[in-house]
Amino acid sequence: MTNKSTAIGSVRGLGAAKSGTEHFIHQRVSAIALAILVPWFIYAVIAATKSGFSGAEAFVAKPWNAILLILTFGAALYHMRLGVQTVIEDYIAKSGTRQALLILNTFAVFALMAGTILSVMKIWISAGA
Amino acid sequence: MAGSEWTDPRPLSPHLQIWKYHATMAASITHRATGIAMYFGSFLIAAWIISLAAGPEAYGFVETVIQHPLSNIVLFLWAVAVMFHLANGIKYLFWDGPKIGFSPKVASGVAVFNYIFAVAAAAGIFAAAALIG
Repeated sequence: MTNKSTAIGSVRGLGAAKSGTEHFIHQRVSAIALAILVPWFIYAVIAATKSGFSGAEAFVAKPWNAILLILTFGAALYHMRLGVQTVIEDYIAKSGTRQALLILNTFAVFALMAGTILSVMKIWISAGA
Repeated sequence: MAGSEWTDPRPLSPHLQIWKYHATMAASITHRATGIAMYFGSFLIAAWIISLAAGPEAYGFVETVIQHPLSNIVLFLWAVAVMFHLANGIKYLFWDGPKIGFSPKVASGVAVFNYIFAVAAAAGIFAAAALIG
């Protein structure tokens, strides 16, 4: 197959759609982060939930756990937003509905980010670690 | 244009109705389905951590909900979804990065493996949780 793109086109590497490369790369970089963070998160959920409220609070209050929790929530929610954005763009053809769902997706993810990260920080800071 | 033979070596987009069912295609659909399922699951995880920050009363309520037998089923399905999306996602990283595992036999084998792995790993997680908790 011959490369029919112009020299400048090859250098920019954006293809006919002009955008999407960044989305593709971000999706994969957050995936690499999650491949490491998710196995830890599974352990964290088990370790944190085994001994009630005080046990869970003590687990989250540990600096490393708090940091890894925030990283997990950040990476997972970002990855999730990109993934569902693609699903909406693939399946929802009606422009108005599509725009509305894309905005809803963004709002939901930022609300979850604010809620989860602030919660971890509150537990960590109030423990005085 | 002489003759009707298609000589362009580029792959043709498959028609939906004659698209042969195979493991990689099922894994691709399952990857999306588990991704969407986890999207809704993330609201539950958020509820857990937010209730922990809110205090013992809110956390106690969430804990009672989690310990309900039906919640155990949801949690198990959540674990299967996470494990499948993780294993299958790593497969995509190998495809996109070093381009490993593209041959049809390997790709199909890995797709089937991911299903088995997801259920086995979720069962392993539950067994480990039972031992620790």
